[in-house]
Amino acid sequence: MKTMTLSLNPISKENLPGHHVELGVETPLKLDSGAILSPFDIAYQTYGVLNQDKSNAILVCHALTGDQYPAEEHPVTKKDGWWKLMIGPGKVLDTDRYFIICSNVLGGCMGTTGPSSIDPKTKQPFGLKFPVITIGDMVRAQKMMIDHLGIEKLFCVIGGSMGAMQVLEWASKYGDQLHTAVPIAGAPRHSAQNIAFHEVGRQAIMADPEWCQGNYSIENKRPRRGLAVARMEAHITYLSEPALHRKFGRRLQERDQISYGFDADFEVESYLRHQGSSFVERFDANSYLYITRAMDYFDLAVEHGGVLANAFHDTEVRFFVVSFSSDWLYPTIESRTVVHALNAVAANVSFLEVQTDKGHDAFLLDEPVLHETLSGFLDGAIRHSRLKL
Amino acid sequence: MTEELTDKPLRSDLKIISDLISPGSRVLDIGCGDGTLLAHLAENKNIDARGIELSQEGVNACVAKGLSVIQGNADTDLADYPSNAFDYVVLGQTLQATRSPKDVLTTLVRIGQHAIVSFVNVGHWRTRLSLILHGRVPVPDASHYSWYDSPDIHLCTVLDFVDLCEELGLKIDIGLSIDRNTKIQPIRTRSHTANLKGDQAIFQLTRERS
Repeated sequence: MKTMTLSLNPISKENLPGHHVELGVETPLKLDSGAILSPFDIAYQTYGVLNQDKSNAILVCHALTGDQYPAEEHPVTKKDGWWKLMIGPGKVLDTDRYFIICSNVLGGCMGTTGPSSIDPKTKQPFGLKFPVITIGDMVRAQKMMIDHLGIEKLFCVIGGSMGAMQVLEWASKYGDQLHTAVPIAGAPRHSAQNIAFHEVGRQAIMADPEWCQGNYSIENKRPRRGLAVARMEAHITYLSEPALHRKFGRRLQERDQISYGFDADFEVESYLRHQGSSFVERFDANSYLYITRAMDYFDLAVEHGGVLANAFHDTEVRFFVVSFSSDWLYPTIESRTVVHALNAVAANVSFLEVQTDKGHDAFLLDEPVLHETLSGFLDGAIRHSRLKL
Repeated sequence: MTEELTDKPLRSDLKIISDLISPGSRVLDIGCGDGTLLAHLAENKNIDARGIELSQEGVNACVAKGLSVIQGNADTDLADYPSNAFDYVVLGQTLQATRSPKDVLTTLVRIGQHAIVSFVNVGHWRTRLSLILHGRVPVPDASHYSWYDSPDIHLCTVLDFVDLCEELGLKIDIGLSIDRNTKIQPIRTRSHTANLKGDQAIFQLTRERS
């Protein structure tokens, strides 16, 4: 019983597939909050082979609940990688051509240092003693990992949703160290609505008595219900009304008539309950608090005197900004704001709003238009930068 | 893909526009369609080619060719560009579909050293005759639209355009009229001949020096 409740990740980080590096030993990671992380671990996975001149590296940035396994069977859930459609031999992010790197974000729970990691001072999990982190901190940590790999210039940094925020942060902070940036279904800042949805999720977790003020692992407990509710709520925002309707309509779940009770009468209820309960098996509640907070704090313009364009001054990065017409979490207007800021500095930018009714999650799904244009964009960038990939 | 494109002959106005553009310059093509002109310029004239296109199909085709194109339109997506961001800003047969041609023209000469504008001349004698003979709004030969669903909401003649340039203080550096046999004639200011005989017109504009 004790071992089951203690192991937040059913697999300990030493047993996770992929790679693992301890960073920040000599140069500590100074966080935006002022706190210092030294040392810290980054867990990452790679696909393909880094070429001789280290010019074919693509950094894939994952979303809120993603991890470093975009293109293989997930070690915990045994499900397909979250970007299996995009990454692999002969696919858009072709592993025969590119060296794909994906790391678990700072604050995460799949091997990278986060609130469930052991605090070296107390020998207990950090819990809420873990410093609050930002998208900037995540990217700074990634940069240290890329330096560790000896890669001077990434061919591309790409990601959807929170991954897109990291892409924008990369392009803003380390623009001279990447050729191309592809923020998909993202935003240059979190809107009031985005923050509001996250706050509901966090409150659900914190209202669960088993959260124990964040010390659940010490108390041998887990806030399963709170985290499940947070996931259920968030999951709705990843879809769209037409997509939900197409998938479930008002169909009943394994019954012919309504029960006049509070069972999952409807298929959509059953689906959300399943989403919630399966999520808690692979994700840490405190990580959910920290990472949603990092997203809420993201506002690229504010760091640059309130003018987003200043974040990209003199940039030589080639951008491809993508949004989805039915995404109401990070609607097209957010991407267009980024495009206008890039126009204002005469940056090289392409922008496409993909027509789809699949909502925010469209970036993870089979969208041939996205795959086709992204492929063309990357080929064009290779020609333009005269890389031999 | 760009190789295939260059084998195809350019639309007559695009060919002329391409000839107006000096090699190695920065070009923004507004309403760039599937990127035919941009691909031609990038391929043959070493141009830093950018585009704006309204349709997803057009943007898709452009980006898939490796061109830098954003989905947007001339009315709403030009304002953020800094002044003189481009050597040439091209508006090929798109002015008539903008909501505010005056604002668009003013912006073109702000963000570009030169603006190149082409349009179908509604003052052509055939168009005038068609209205007299048939009593119906003439639609361009190639158009699939009727008067009620056409995106072309601000059609003009050569004379209309020249008047507007004067009103906005725009200097016409080059004016060309093209007939249906792609014969090119220079347009002299307020030329009634060009207004009667030109199927299309192409103007190169700059800001009037103050």
